Amino acid sequence: MNNIVVYCEIEDGQVAEVSLELLTKGRKLANEIDRKLEAVVIGHNLNGIEEQVFPYGVDVLHVADNSRLYPFLTLPHTEILVNLFQKEKPDVALFGATSVGRDLAPRIASSLKCGLTADCTSLIFGDHTENKTKKEYKNLLYQIRPAFGGNIIATIINPETRPQMATVREGVMKKEVFNTSHKGEIKHIKVDTILRDEHMAVEILERHIEKQKVNIKNSQIIISGGYGVGSKENFDLLFELAELLGGEVGASRAAVDAGFVDHARQVGQTGVTVRPKLYIACGISGAVQHTAGMNESSKIISINNDPKAPINQIADFNITGNVEDIIPKMIKFYKKNIK
Amino acid sequence: MSFKIVVLAKQVPDTRNVGKDAMKADGTVNRGALPAIFNPEDLQALEQALMVKDQVEDAEIIILTMGPPRAVEIIREALYRGATSGYLITDRKFAGSDTLATSYTLALAVKKIQPHLVIAGRQAIDGDTAQVGPQIAQKLGIPQVTYTEQILDVNLDELKIRRRLERGVEVVKCKTPLLITVHSSAAECRPRNAKLLMKYKHARSVSELQEESKDYTEMMTNKPYLRLEEWSVADLGADEEALGLSGSPTKVKKIENVVLAKKESVNLTTEDKDIDYLMKELIDSHVIG
Ligand SMILES: Cc1cc2nc3c(=O)[nH]c(=O)nc-3n(C[C@H](O)[C@H](O)[C@H](O)COP(=O)(O)OP(=O)(O)OC[C@H]3O[C@@H](n4cnc5c(N)ncnc54)[C@H](O)[C@@H]3O)c2cc1C
Ligand SMILES: Nc1ncnc2c1ncn2[C@@H]1O[C@H](COP(=O)(O)O)[C@@H](O)[C@H]1O
Repeated sequence: MNNIVVYCEIEDGQVAEVSLELLTKGRKLANEIDRKLEAVVIGHNLNGIEEQVFPYGVDVLHVADNSRLYPFLTLPHTEILVNLFQKEKPDVALFGATSVGRDLAPRIASSLKCGLTADCTSLIFGDHTENKTKKEYKNLLYQIRPAFGGNIIATIINPETRPQMATVREGVMKKEVFNTSHKGEIKHIKVDTILRDEHMAVEILERHIEKQKVNIKNSQIIISGGYGVGSKENFDLLFELAELLGGEVGASRAAVDAGFVDHARQVGQTGVTVRPKLYIACGISGAVQHTAGMNESSKIISINNDPKAPINQIADFNITGNVEDIIPKMIKFYKKNIK
Repeated sequence: MSFKIVVLAKQVPDTRNVGKDAMKADGTVNRGALPAIFNPEDLQALEQALMVKDQVEDAEIIILTMGPPRAVEIIREALYRGATSGYLITDRKFAGSDTLATSYTLALAVKKIQPHLVIAGRQAIDGDTAQVGPQIAQKLGIPQVTYTEQILDVNLDELKIRRRLERGVEVVKCKTPLLITVHSSAAECRPRNAKLLMKYKHARSVSELQEESKDYTEMMTNKPYLRLEEWSVADLGADEEALGLSGSPTKVKKIENVVLAKKESVNLTTEDKDIDYLMKELIDSHVIG
């Protein structure tokens, strides 16, 4: 087969955002090398699930539907995917870098003895010539990711083993409908022939999954505060501006660590990746771990009392001064000009 | 029968405190400038093991660490905090191992010990991959419980565990043997114990003993627990093809230093006319409003 396959995560009957983002990426990759895009959904009560994935360009959807498959458990999902991959021999397999994907993908890679790269920020095809043997490889998946706490960017390849497996965080790839009337083929996996009692070793006693409360990722305008904002009270100014502009408040890790705002608002390598049309960085120095999560914003404004702050290098506008002086003025002049 | 716990702990460069001299001029990492530390979540893994030892009669904590000879520091540190013993897995043939080759090697070492429970950190800060734990569990054919925040209940046959997920919590139970990985939200590790520090400060690995100028022969005979054993490829009976570079399906094609690309930017002051200009500009270009 040698297709591209995406593992789709399910929560409450919904395919996860990150999986739809990966389908979008997978469709593009499949087109480039002229292969099919396949998706796998594993869960329970999945009737009609194809309607959520076909618009993203899925050609073949594998469905494993069984009461023992939801909520997610490592062993049954591993077993089903290992079986499927052995049969279908995909070229590339993509997973969300979520608590599910990062639990599941390494077990599969360990079983199939193939390579796996965690937390990729970019996936492209490229060629490769092995130094020693001069052996040439066409269309290898370049799995690009930060390493060493974000100080270096590494390109990883798996020349010899298949599938080439990678995980990607939510928000890193862009989600785009391919074609609303696209239809693929559905293949049902015979779950009963695969699952055995021993795969049910872990029993879930309680489960509390919250719907994500704040989701700054989908906001087109983000007013983000760093350690330089100074206090929870000063953050209120940012909230005021965000509300006025119809945006959301984001933060650096230093601001989150200082307790100014919740972790759900953290932008960067260990927070969310955002690409809004406007990103205002207030009192943020611009460490690579932070900029990795926002440098694709269309417009960036930096407010910082240090004109040499690294963030200024990637900003379109730099205002040199104190956050607490500038934000009230922005509020004032916005109100004046919008009338 | 004693309850055997293996804790997997790695010595890592402290990537959280990367100073100016951490990157060399050619863009590669200057490992020498980064202090080597006990991987933070592995210390938390050790604490979970110590808490089990507090509750279960006759529990034993065995540290396994794979790395260069100096990684024995990890074992000593764990002994100071209450671990029972440890093995350093070291051999030049392990060099260049990716997570698959590492998990193959560590799984062989775990098999030699046959523990009830294996505890790893969620991820090591040098790579942040979080793969080694689950990959070992698969090789051992045992279940796993990742992102452990707390072991709620434990006996020889079964554990009850609270997991911390990105959007919530789960409480699960599972029979032994199993492997768990410990999340950063779990309890911090207790400090060194003064008595244990005295007891183990002369603990030495076999390689260290060869280099010591002082004669440790008598001390090692009287106090055999001070000798920290090393396991090589031969000791583990490992297949050399599955180790190091040849056993690693992932290859690093390229490494780049992170530099911010400079953009043309407009510099503004806090004066009213500047802020007024900016807000107008944003409204006119339909970025806001
Ligand atoms: C593995 C790893 C992962 C990480 N992940 C993330 C991540 O996801 N997201 C993230 O953000 N960070 C992350 N970090 C941390 C990151 O390295 C930085 O420490 C952090 O981003 C710094 O936050 P900051 O810019 O708010 O604080 P600082 O670096 O302290 O900068 C404060 C800035 O505010 C300015 N300032 C001070 N007072 C004022 C004022 N009154 N008005 C205007 N400006 C003022 C200062 O000039 C300075 O530039 C991570 C680090 C590691 C090691
Ligand atoms: N070389 C090693 N020696 C001992 N334990 C390791 C080693 N590498 C990884 N581990 C364990 O596996 C966990 C996950 O590591 P990683 O997959 O590298 O993020 C770590 O927190 C350790 O518990």
